[in-house]
Amino acid sequence: MSQIHATFRIDRGDFRLDVDLTLPGHGVTALFGHSGSGKTTVLRAIAGLEHAPGGYFALGDVVWQDDAKGIFIPTHQRSLGYVFQEASLFEHLTVEDNLEFGRKRIPQSERRFKQSDVTELLGIGGLLNRRPASLSGGERQRVAIARALLTAPQLLLMDEPLAALDLKRKQEILPYLERLHDELSIPLIYVSHAPDEVARLADHLVLLDTGKVVASGPLTETLARADLPQAFADDAGVVIKTVVTHHEEDDLTQLDFVGGSIFVARRPETVGRRLRCRIHARDVSLALEKPVASSILNVFHGIVTAIAPTDTPGHVLVQLSLRNTPLLARITERSRKALNLHVGQPVWAQVKAVALLA
Amino acid sequence: MDANDLGAIWLTLKLASVVTILLLLFGTPIAWWLARTRSKLKGVFGAVVALPLVLPPTVLGFYLLLAMGPNGLVGKFTEWLGLGLLPFTFPGLVIASVFYSLPFMVQPLQNAFEAIGDRPLEVAATLRASPWDTFWSVVVPLAKPGFLSGAVLAFAHTVGEFGVVLMIGGNIPNKTRVVSVQIYDHVEALEYTQAHVLAACMLVFSFLVLLTLYTLNPNKVKGREQ
Repeated sequence: MSQIHATFRIDRGDFRLDVDLTLPGHGVTALFGHSGSGKTTVLRAIAGLEHAPGGYFALGDVVWQDDAKGIFIPTHQRSLGYVFQEASLFEHLTVEDNLEFGRKRIPQSERRFKQSDVTELLGIGGLLNRRPASLSGGERQRVAIARALLTAPQLLLMDEPLAALDLKRKQEILPYLERLHDELSIPLIYVSHAPDEVARLADHLVLLDTGKVVASGPLTETLARADLPQAFADDAGVVIKTVVTHHEEDDLTQLDFVGGSIFVARRPETVGRRLRCRIHARDVSLALEKPVASSILNVFHGIVTAIAPTDTPGHVLVQLSLRNTPLLARITERSRKALNLHVGQPVWAQVKAVALLA
Repeated sequence: MDANDLGAIWLTLKLASVVTILLLLFGTPIAWWLARTRSKLKGVFGAVVALPLVLPPTVLGFYLLLAMGPNGLVGKFTEWLGLGLLPFTFPGLVIASVFYSLPFMVQPLQNAFEAIGDRPLEVAATLRASPWDTFWSVVVPLAKPGFLSGAVLAFAHTVGEFGVVLMIGGNIPNKTRVVSVQIYDHVEALEYTQAHVLAACMLVFSFLVLLTLYTLNPNKVKGREQ
């Protein structure tokens, strides 16, 4: 599919943005970074809400901005959907009129989605006659997402759509976002500073720091890079894509991935379902010999591929390869010396905890 | 009430209605500009619009009289157009009243527009609404309390004007003699009963206007949102 090209430079004195990105034209791209990293500014520039002079943006061969040629398509003429961080519903309209606001402004021929399908996808069918003021934060955000979808955009942009919600509401919306990902073919650029959301939703990851792109690549590869731990600090870790293969009799579920099998507490998903697992570097310990007489079930054999310093004093980050599936382990520098770990060395990795992203 | 009194009431209502409609037409873009601009001239224009709030009406009337008179720029222009001179005519009164009541329309509207903020406009743009479309489908409904306050205040303030009318319009029955001038005439002629009736009418009218404003819009008088 067609790619997304974005080049923006903004200089506001105390804040500089300088990005040059090529992103896949499908799936979910996460723009990840701390506050002040410029991720929201990038999103606003893509939407044309912010004009970065001299910028360039193209979605496939559709150019939205090319200042060198004097092209700047105003926001309302760009085929995009935008979900803002806080509730942005029109308070003077009912939920249904909010949903129709964008849909009725696109040509009949471009209306790809039926209102009933989208309201069902987001579970808001029962809210149509309500006023935004009477909705919960989670419901408002789902309506805002549905409203953006109904314009059948070529590109969806979401600016931390879950940030203003509490944990419970987040859990309520995340499954809907996953369904968007699985059921629609619209590329989504998702701004977030929550590693969990990124690990769960993203296919492609862009790391931003003080207005610059630190890394951009497929999610699993980028998360497993040992040279970027400062971006995630204590949350450093990998995402492993697994398939549910077996429900065991002792209430464990076996998940297979290229590098082996992971056993977790029994899952509700049926055999064959795909599941993302997150393994934090801090939950992985290393041993030179295969641990025997250990209570830890998830033990993998791998080879050390990199060792890098971390922000945690006295600790290092070790990157392993389990038959080409990367894994990160955070161990103490003392242990590294004691085991005399070096690149190329075979080791056993014990995984103490696996977070299932579902 | 005699025919002169009724004529004055009719003329007053006609004047206030025309002025309110004109102020909605001209005040709205001015208020929009003041609410949205980042220009350094915002302060200057804001102050000019607010001048009638503090200026004695006679001062405003005096300058308008000069401008619209035979030697004034406006006067020369209207004569060139073949319209004659505006002082002591109903159109002259309308123009003067528009200036006089301008802040009463502009300020509630400006506050209402500012309270809406950028976000609803950005949201509308991402939903394919052009700026003009957004103004009608988002800004006007959201600023409704501001429009209501502005219209009611501008209408009531025009009904209550006296000094400017006297300077520009004088005291011509059925042409420029509004209720406030008519009351003045009655008092000068020692016709206290007639003055009482008209004064009471004005009092009740003004109270009802403000009552409507405060009950319809308890927290938003003058367009201030919550």
